[in-house]
Amino acid sequence: MTRALSCVGKSVPRGDAVEKVTGSARYAHDLALPGMLHAALVTSPHASARIARVDVADAAALPGVRAILAGANLDVRLGLYMRDKRILARDVVRYQGEPVVAVAADTLDIAREACRRVRVEYEPTRAVFDPRDAMKSGAPLVHPDLESYAHLEGVFFPKSNTNVAHHQKIRKGDVDAAIASAEVTLEARFDNPPVQHVPMETHAAIAQALPDGRVEIWTSSQSPYTVRHLMSVVFGLPHASIRVHVPYVGGGFGGKAGLNLEPLVYVLSKAAGGRPVKFVATREQEFNTLPSRQGLHSTIEIGATRAGKIVALKATYVWDAGAYADYGVNVGRAAAYSGAGPYAVPNCSIDSFVVYTNKVYGTAYRGFGHLEVLWGIERAIDQMARKLGLDPAEFRRRNLLTVGDTTITGETFTAGHGKPVECLDAVAKAIEWGTPSTPPASSTKRRGKGIAMLHKAPAMPTSTSCSAIIKLDEDGAADILVSGVDYGQGTYTVLRQIAAEELRLPIDAVHINSDCDTAFTPYDWQTVASRFSYMGGHAVIEAAADCLRQLRFAAAQVFGVAPEKIVCENASAYPDGEPERAIPYRSLALGYVYPNGNAIGGPVIGHGRFIARGLTHLAPDTGQGRPAQFWTYGAHGVEVEVDTETGEIEILRIASAVDAGKVLNAGLARGQVIGGVVQGIGSALWEGFRFDKEGRLKNPSFVDYKIPTAKDLPREMVPILLENPQPDGPYGARGVAEHPMISVPSAIGNALYDALGIEFASLPLSPEHVIARLAEKGTKP
Amino acid sequence: MHDIELRVNGHAERASVPAGMTLLEFLRDRLALTGAKEGCGIGECGACTVLLDRTPVTACLVLAVEADGLDVRTIEGEAADGELSALQRAFVDAGAVQCGFCTPGMIMSARALLLRSPHPSDEEIVEAIAGNLCRCTGYEAILAAIRAASGTGGEP
Ligand code: FES
Ligand code: FES
Repeated sequence: MTRALSCVGKSVPRGDAVEKVTGSARYAHDLALPGMLHAALVTSPHASARIARVDVADAAALPGVRAILAGANLDVRLGLYMRDKRILARDVVRYQGEPVVAVAADTLDIAREACRRVRVEYEPTRAVFDPRDAMKSGAPLVHPDLESYAHLEGVFFPKSNTNVAHHQKIRKGDVDAAIASAEVTLEARFDNPPVQHVPMETHAAIAQALPDGRVEIWTSSQSPYTVRHLMSVVFGLPHASIRVHVPYVGGGFGGKAGLNLEPLVYVLSKAAGGRPVKFVATREQEFNTLPSRQGLHSTIEIGATRAGKIVALKATYVWDAGAYADYGVNVGRAAAYSGAGPYAVPNCSIDSFVVYTNKVYGTAYRGFGHLEVLWGIERAIDQMARKLGLDPAEFRRRNLLTVGDTTITGETFTAGHGKPVECLDAVAKAIEWGTPSTPPASSTKRRGKGIAMLHKAPAMPTSTSCSAIIKLDEDGAADILVSGVDYGQGTYTVLRQIAAEELRLPIDAVHINSDCDTAFTPYDWQTVASRFSYMGGHAVIEAAADCLRQLRFAAAQVFGVAPEKIVCENASAYPDGEPERAIPYRSLALGYVYPNGNAIGGPVIGHGRFIARGLTHLAPDTGQGRPAQFWTYGAHGVEVEVDTETGEIEILRIASAVDAGKVLNAGLARGQVIGGVVQGIGSALWEGFRFDKEGRLKNPSFVDYKIPTAKDLPREMVPILLENPQPDGPYGARGVAEHPMISVPSAIGNALYDALGIEFASLPLSPEHVIARLAEKGTKP
Repeated sequence: MHDIELRVNGHAERASVPAGMTLLEFLRDRLALTGAKEGCGIGECGACTVLLDRTPVTACLVLAVEADGLDVRTIEGEAADGELSALQRAFVDAGAVQCGFCTPGMIMSARALLLRSPHPSDEEIVEAIAGNLCRCTGYEAILAAIRAASGTGGEP
């Protein structure tokens, strides 16, 4: 870019904010169609059982009941990367909360009453809850027929007759020899519990099976086209017969990616004679029936020289996939290729196992496995630094990836990757790292500081693509059509800024669809992995260039000059050097009309697209290859105060740096950082599923599962956005939406050690957990 | 069925409702006022917050019959004559909205606060929205928005 940016980088407010503050924004929850039925579910009270008998006679007799389905009626399997899931449990149930019977009725009350009248007889079977137990021989098999499941071949490797849905290997150098000869070694174990995304809008979907075989769907989804594609695959329907609408979505964080409730409402609508059927998950079902973030057990070994150089890192990651791993397999894959942290590691070996258990299943969640693996890595790095007698920040500085280093998958680190060390230095400065905390007011409180690094790349298929259309309106304004979903991140506003910049239009003259409709908005794989601004940004740039080409072509004819001589500026076109002759876009947008009535050109409609470039599958035995379109690096620095009497942790300040490449909208980027940090504090301090001995979830409500409230804000939050450009990013930008959440727990865990001298290995760092560890160490005053 | 009469956003409403119908169901399903959201249905998230005689309530826990004779105010009554209230404008300007699902309830809780305390302290603001969960924003911008709307008058 030679000219200064006029719109990109500015804090343009969200375009949809007015609709949202007035309550007029419509979500799937709010939609109703004529003749619409309401659905309810019977879910399994057992974690593992055979379904001996399902008796729906009483339920069917209830007036107003229009359809009842059980698994026996439905012989299809669903899944994104691995087709391992049923719409309704068939023959067996694999987790407590799994849908067994579904009812569609005139009202929700009737549907729920009918569910209460359904009688299901179960024969409980042996269950397995800990994935480490599930890997042992003799463990009950959650999926005895695993080998028959369709999956993405060449990328995922389910192991027949085991509970292992995928084993991702990364091999670089000779890790065993390097550890054996290392001057200093460390081995440590870490655990993360499964957690919930907790979008404020629970999952909701409506489907109508039309008489000619077409299907119309309205859903709270991150993935209109993936829903359409998987519906096509599962039910053998042509893509064009499936129309997916996505209205406003009340938060997703990964939990609304892939395919969720859409098949359920579709089969119910079919069974109810084609009436539309709506299902809205209750909050309890959101916790207990819909997918969560997988738990993780990590074992990490590090070898280093006395001078503080890492020579080897060996890790085993055992993921608690829960009962299904259709999306979880890819979390296990992505977290493996990021599984050594943002460090130069000459010898590395990682085994990442995605393991079935009899618990609610996992899926994508903001950070996609990285918060979990970096909980272990960044805590282990701190421990190693202390073992070496080095300052933890300094130890990191000596090992962070720099230009010319090779990543653990064989990629060369370049200047275009950004500067991890600048992130580290920025947060260290912000929390006055190296200066001890000022003493707390109370003698029962302790203070400490901690630092942690983060990194992540989008995890997506090598051929991930997206597209955009820009139509010029009669008044010369632009309409962008895309099928990525803005469920809060702000991408739509960023895309409008990019189009305004490229088309030389004021931001108010650029509009974007607020809902997606696969009948009209063009293809996008799914809105996940912080890649929408990057990929969608490229597609919009190309679509804008297409519009400009058409505008120039028409204007060139009008002025009798070559198209290259036409300048587009201020919503108008003119021959270079003659701005006084400018024709406004509005006179070109539908075609130019000469004074005598002759017309040329035609409606200006631009098309742009983008496909991931240069990505490869990872070699099955070594994990070598190029998995990532771009990497984003960052760091957190945190200062905490722990109350040794209550175990409560207060975050005094947290500084968070992300190398964004280029900040496309400063206000929205700040919002992503603050929102992500606070979500990360939830994972750090309170969030985690608790199960009883029978595998029943004990905390499926906001009373028992605490998420951060306005009372839990850190005293001070310092977002820092660095701009070391990504050469192939739009305006040099990389994705930043997930990253602020990653490594927040690690930084807090490190600060906790600084405060108390206790190593915490498992999350969450709840008051009970802190108190228990204090009591154990006898350090409780 | 029970006959109720109430005012909703200044309009008189008369309806016959089942005893078990919640105020939230009444507003959303009968009056098509879908601004108040259901985030949990059991009084734990604040997404359904509306004002009942100027007091914030979680509409999912109030029965429609309990609103008989009372004055209900919802997010749809916040903008007067198509003009955003100063509070709504502050939410837009502060970037206090992401997915927007918590926003109507959040604004109603803030409205109730400003009605009873036009110049609230930070502690009062935090207390007023402590029962409104937001998973997206991290609250900082919401607190800033309410602070910015402080002193703009008890009424929109
Ligand atoms: S829906 Fe009423 S408090 Fe959650
Ligand atoms: S903006 Fe999404 S829950 Fe608050």
